[in-house]
Amino acid sequence: MRTNKAVELMLKASAILVVMVLIFIFSFIFFKSLPFITDNQLSSLFVDDGWYPTTNNFNLFPIIVGSISIMVVPLLLSAPLGILLALFCRYYAPKSLAKVYIALIELLSGIPSVVYGLWGVLVLVPWIGQYAPPGASLLAGWIIIAIMILPLMVICVDNQLALVPKKWLSGAQALSITRWGTIWKIVLPSCISNISSGLILQTGRALGETMAVLMVCGNIVQIPTSMFDPIRTLTANIALEMSYATEMHVSVLFMSGLILLLMTSILMSLAYAFKRQPVE
Amino acid sequence: MYKFKNIIIIIIGLTFCVSCNNNSKTKIELTGSSTVAPLIMEIGRRFERLNPHILINVQTGGSSRGINDIKNNLSNIGMISRELKDNEAEFTEHTIAWDGITVILHKENNVKQLSHQDVLNIFTGKIKNWQKVGGVNKKIVVINKAEGRSTLELFLKHFGMKNSDVEADIIVGDNQQGLNMVAGSPLSIGYVSIGAAIFEAENGMSVKLIDIDGLESKLSNVRNGTFPILRPLNLVTRGQTSKEVMEFINFAQSAAVSDVINQHYFVSTNANK
Repeated sequence: MRTNKAVELMLKASAILVVMVLIFIFSFIFFKSLPFITDNQLSSLFVDDGWYPTTNNFNLFPIIVGSISIMVVPLLLSAPLGILLALFCRYYAPKSLAKVYIALIELLSGIPSVVYGLWGVLVLVPWIGQYAPPGASLLAGWIIIAIMILPLMVICVDNQLALVPKKWLSGAQALSITRWGTIWKIVLPSCISNISSGLILQTGRALGETMAVLMVCGNIVQIPTSMFDPIRTLTANIALEMSYATEMHVSVLFMSGLILLLMTSILMSLAYAFKRQPVE
Repeated sequence: MYKFKNIIIIIIGLTFCVSCNNNSKTKIELTGSSTVAPLIMEIGRRFERLNPHILINVQTGGSSRGINDIKNNLSNIGMISRELKDNEAEFTEHTIAWDGITVILHKENNVKQLSHQDVLNIFTGKIKNWQKVGGVNKKIVVINKAEGRSTLELFLKHFGMKNSDVEADIIVGDNQQGLNMVAGSPLSIGYVSIGAAIFEAENGMSVKLIDIDGLESKLSNVRNGTFPILRPLNLVTRGQTSKEVMEFINFAQSAAVSDVINQHYFVSTNANK
């Protein structure tokens, strides 16, 4: 009993600690952006004449659009591919091949984003630049992000597939339902909501990705009119300017961090809404 | 049990390390310009070897941070890659070297020369095609720097532009990123510190330097003061400073480090005398 008490105390303490950290981060970012909120109208983030923070022009809107646009397309590109790859590994590939394949994909997910970024600058950007200069563009960002989140998607889908009860599969086999029929009518319907929830969480990574995006997207503050236009994301904006910023510029960067936090929270609650209890 | 023992030994070891550093060494904190920092790190290492009781700590973050940290007493010395402004009279500057800013193109670009007006027109978007300045019939990719960087301020000042006048296609952060970006896109034009550009061009990077206002982009022109876009690399202090800080500044300005400065392709102040 005594050890149980100690364990319980430790668990409670760590639970409280995590909540404290979260509250601390929220309030820190909020107080740091307070000078901007009190001195300027929030609408200036959307109506000002461009983003020139050193001369008090704080139009963040194109950067928010940039962040959203860099997130949506890679999700659409890599989600179907991720689902197909995971299905292949679990139901079609020979066991030994599937094992190696999953190991490779896990390795791929461990590559630091700056490495992807470097490859992007030296290979991808010049290649796109041949057809549509400047090359550093929304498209380059999409490709890099899609490659980066694909392994995460495969792993996430594979984990959900592993939770499908074995007896369902053997039952389907006993009824001599085809493999694809089993997948289409039994496996996918049972876990599609959890898969969607996982995929949305991975999209959060695309939103938070900084280094690779900063390197390949060109960082021009504008609303893109084509996929060959360079864009700037909220994260890249903070990374580019924070260490050089002073006074109100710092505050507006924290404000953009607050907006980023808000967007992540929306994604999280979306993922939560999709999630179902595991099936019996 | 073995693991546990090891951990304890490591912890004890670390405690010793930390305590001996804290007790016997005087720390000099420097923050500021990413152009000056690599140079100061090397000078600092040499200074530490000569004065083992001193620890030199260098952090980058741009000239603005250099000024700000010294104002808020977060550092002992600020590093800035420009002159002090009129509203910064409370500080004292100590010039350790000179640097120029030059315009760079991709190595395979066949444009040889750009006049002052050409560069101005390209960066303000009045010339958008290389053909107009004697190159191929392709779009010009303009690479600009992010807000707050001193290279940006100096470049804009020399060409009499505002940042909102510049029609850029790509925005980069530091010198290295600018060089990488130009080396990676054959149609681009950018501007970086002349020292870094010469170093990378000589080490095989696909960039080339072009003349500024008709003057060749080479170090001798920086040295004799004729190069048009010049800037001092300054150490900045505020008010009374400690003996150690003054010693370090004198060391950084002395002929004893001019070889380090040359290695970084900057021009030592001693060469002017």
